[in-house]
Amino acid sequence: MIYLQLFLSYLKIGFFGFGGGYAMLSLIQNEIVVQNGWLTANELADIIAVSQMTPGPIAINCATYVGYMVTGNIWGSILATGAVSLPPLTIMLLITRYYFKLKENRIMKGALDMMKPMIVGMMGAAALLLCNRETFVDWSAIAIFVVSFVAVYKKFNPILLLVISAAAGLILYL
Amino acid sequence: MYPDIYPMLWTLFITFFKIGAFTFGSGYAMIPIIEAEVVEKKGWFDKDEFMNQFVLAQSAPGPFALNTAVFVGYKMRGVAGAVASVLGVVLPSFIILLLIAMYLSGFRTNPYVAAALQGMRPAVVALIAVPFVNFLRRMNWWQVALSIAVALVIWLLGVSPVYFIFGGGIVGVIWALYRK
Repeated sequence: MIYLQLFLSYLKIGFFGFGGGYAMLSLIQNEIVVQNGWLTANELADIIAVSQMTPGPIAINCATYVGYMVTGNIWGSILATGAVSLPPLTIMLLITRYYFKLKENRIMKGALDMMKPMIVGMMGAAALLLCNRETFVDWSAIAIFVVSFVAVYKKFNPILLLVISAAAGLILYL
Repeated sequence: MYPDIYPMLWTLFITFFKIGAFTFGSGYAMIPIIEAEVVEKKGWFDKDEFMNQFVLAQSAPGPFALNTAVFVGYKMRGVAGAVASVLGVVLPSFIILLLIAMYLSGFRTNPYVAAALQGMRPAVVALIAVPFVNFLRRMNWWQVALSIAVALVIWLLGVSPVYFIFGGGIVGVIWALYRK
């Protein structure tokens, strides 16, 4: 029963996906390619590439695509996407509930205060990791970064900024 | 139990649909979008609570965008609000990827897509770098020092961020108990 297996696999992926999309990739690889043999490593690599090129969380994008490829219909997509979303939805609901109950608790505050620098540091690392040759291909890319930085800092609409930078990309790199 | 403003489930859905449709590159790049939509436009959060939600959303498993949707949705409208927000944030991904899987097998190698993405990449870095700087400015000196140290260790040594999140939580709890 491929649907049940797909559901269980993505439930597992959703459960253990700590630390963001990239940490999930090896788990996805293991479930889809190694354990079940639904796709080849190359097929999955293509799907992951597309998941990175499209908006939205990689794990969700990848689940929708893999679900369709494995079953050949939309139900596979719905099942995989639902399964990968269910564990984080449940866990985050519990966390949020307790957060609002314990907001003023001293220990809770202590934990949050110490976690803040960790999380902000992770964000800094994410920005640094993206500062590579793939991002900064030439001087115009650096110009886009500088203009974007000032724009975001001045609270320019971020969605509009993405649309404009995509248009700039079409003009510069096509 | 809910705050004075009662946003309709539909508003939550649409707000997170927008966020889902424009989160490129990394979940962190959505922070300015969330801030613009949820903190400034709608006033559902103040900045401190936004920071706390950021910490919680990052320490739970699963995509940052989804966790944020749960937190905001639950705060505004309980479980129904969380579900509406999650549906909103997941649906753009679902629709776009399904269309690509069904009809657009050439998407990955399309030169227009590649050019547009090339233009967006530096903007995405800015969308992460600005909130990073803003968060630093709201912290005290040792938190700033720690943040920068963590950033460098993850970046240069490739250590998994999970250790830092849980380590930070445990140290924070011990410190709070010790100071009693």
